[in-house]
Amino acid sequence: MERKIRVLVAKPGLDGHDRGAKVIARSLRDAGMEVIYTGLRQTPEQIVSASVQEDVDVIAMSILSGAHNHLFPRVMELLKDKGVDDVLVVGGGVIPDEDIPGLKAAGIAAVFTPGSATTDIIEFIKNNLKRRE
Amino acid sequence: MSDTENIKKGLEAYDAGVTKALAKFSERKKEFSTGSKSPVKRLYTPLDDAGRDYAKDIGFPGAYPYTRGVQNTMYRGRFWTMRQYAGFSTAEESNKRYKFLLSQGTTGLSVAFDLPTQIGYDSDHALSQGEVGKVGVAIDSLADMEILFDGIPLDKVSTSMTINAPASVLLAMYIAVAEKQGVGPDKLEGTIQNDILKEYVARGTYIFPPEPSMRLITDIFAYCSKSVPNWNTISISGYHIREAGSTAAQEVAFTIADGIAYVDAAVKAGLDVDDFAPRLSFFFNAHNDLFEEVAKFRAARRVWATVMKERFGAKNPKSLSLRFHTQTAGSTLTAQQPDNNIVRVAIQTLAAVLGGTQSLHTNSKDEALALPTEASVRIALRTQQIVAYESGATETIDPLAGSYYVESMTDRIQKEAEAYIATIDGMGGAVKAIERGYVQQEIQDAAYTCQMDIESGEKIVVGVNKFQIEEGPPKGLLRVDPIVGEQQSAKLKKLRAGRDNGRVDSALAALKAGAKGDDNLMPLILEAVRAYATLGEICDVLRAEFGEYQQKVIL
Repeated sequence: MERKIRVLVAKPGLDGHDRGAKVIARSLRDAGMEVIYTGLRQTPEQIVSASVQEDVDVIAMSILSGAHNHLFPRVMELLKDKGVDDVLVVGGGVIPDEDIPGLKAAGIAAVFTPGSATTDIIEFIKNNLKRRE
Repeated sequence: MSDTENIKKGLEAYDAGVTKALAKFSERKKEFSTGSKSPVKRLYTPLDDAGRDYAKDIGFPGAYPYTRGVQNTMYRGRFWTMRQYAGFSTAEESNKRYKFLLSQGTTGLSVAFDLPTQIGYDSDHALSQGEVGKVGVAIDSLADMEILFDGIPLDKVSTSMTINAPASVLLAMYIAVAEKQGVGPDKLEGTIQNDILKEYVARGTYIFPPEPSMRLITDIFAYCSKSVPNWNTISISGYHIREAGSTAAQEVAFTIADGIAYVDAAVKAGLDVDDFAPRLSFFFNAHNDLFEEVAKFRAARRVWATVMKERFGAKNPKSLSLRFHTQTAGSTLTAQQPDNNIVRVAIQTLAAVLGGTQSLHTNSKDEALALPTEASVRIALRTQQIVAYESGATETIDPLAGSYYVESMTDRIQKEAEAYIATIDGMGGAVKAIERGYVQQEIQDAAYTCQMDIESGEKIVVGVNKFQIEEGPPKGLLRVDPIVGEQQSAKLKKLRAGRDNGRVDSALAALKAGAKGDDNLMPLILEAVRAYATLGEICDVLRAEFGEYQQKVIL
């Protein structure tokens, strides 16, 4: 049997807005993925260690507080430090368009902003996994 | 033939006509429903009013059960307080924004704090990195608070502060700034949000577990009833519950269930209900479905009045009347075609006003993208002013009363809310229901349904899943300079070097001793604040004594 796609949905930083993260988590689960949701206030260190421990294929992070430019790249750095290069990392939240190129350069594969459909996110994940095949 | 029989006959004839028409043209949808997915009938008539007793169930403005409003003249006396939630970056920057807002005709201030402040960390704490000054102003000590209100006489404005877990500390700072201005605490008017229960379920800025959190809240009730008598000691909030995805009826239900828990805690601590209940206030969301929202506000007043009278035996009319602040629904704002948000906010404003709000914040069009600019805040404020001065909605009280539709929806929301409250009572109250994740699960289910309805096209969001256009990236968004974090850290270093550290240490030691016992903590916190102890230092003392809340993660 094919292994299910494993996703860590994470809320980095102090932001408490988790409606989006939870809706995404549930829709990924309904799409047949195995989802681990971290809960609020995760440090980049906690997110990276959870991703290694849970052996996930994907990390999906959500920030609505504006701290994305600090926290998203920090997660990428820590992954690199651990030698992890086969995990797909995506982000979402209230993120100005002009910040997206910088986040992508840091290694965030895609950034989903308000109004994104869960179906698009599911498609993106399925089509861009790094570990499959 | 009686009136009712005539109406019944008329309705039968109407229905027959409808059946014929439907045979030729079907309606737009098979089933019609409100924004919260409650069924809506084709037509409401006096038959829907059957069994309602006007004097008992609806009554008059300023009188039990307050369905029609809490004051007897409402907006004919004066308009609601136009209160724009604002704050970002440093105290200096936010002070400028407040002065701008006051110059544009806002009638009350509303302070947004950044996340480190809301969670009780100083700006130089490791967890504050990247968050300082982002979603609100960074306040580390009384020194920042002095700058925040510089040149703003605190006996002349009313100030609302969105602060929960460390509400006592920020209230103490406000009292201390007033002291320095020569304004006594009895002259202060304003509100602290101070509603921890909704933080656990919907907003996330909790620090301590429920029990010590309830104690801090009760201490504030007791302290203010004697020393800061015109202060609203809590703003029991449905706003964030709704933003997290709840329905209108759930918003009323969970908010009032939280309210019941606070009153219970205070009564158990030995306070007389009529000593503190007049200063309890509420905070609701104004969403898109105009009529359902108006019905929601009316139902909320009636449910609260009934609870306070029948459950708690409150006698003071002020204890029975639900006064509330409203904010338009942030979650309805779209990043796509942001100018459309101005129209959404106008409809939501009308809902709040027709629902009899006591104060209102209108969101700005660019808030799905960033913090609002001055220009977009001005439009948001002008929207309130246009409804106040031009729409005519303010000239009579509760103008939608008697609408067959609105009255029957008011009854429906009351009934649904009371059923939820009964379920929560059965679990042992709001604290227990939250601890077992019941409230969170209900909200999440509603949020998920809403998102799926948008994706299936059952729910239309203009510009998002219909009427889309190609558009370039938005221009002119407000950016908070990342240097703010360093500036605050530098300020803190200077503060810690320059203050009387002996006085700080003894104030913090006294607070620690107080936290172990059961003295009212407000005077001890006030003394620590006056000594320029930082917010983080004060909260660390309480963390050590009270422990920290561990979120129940539910999917």
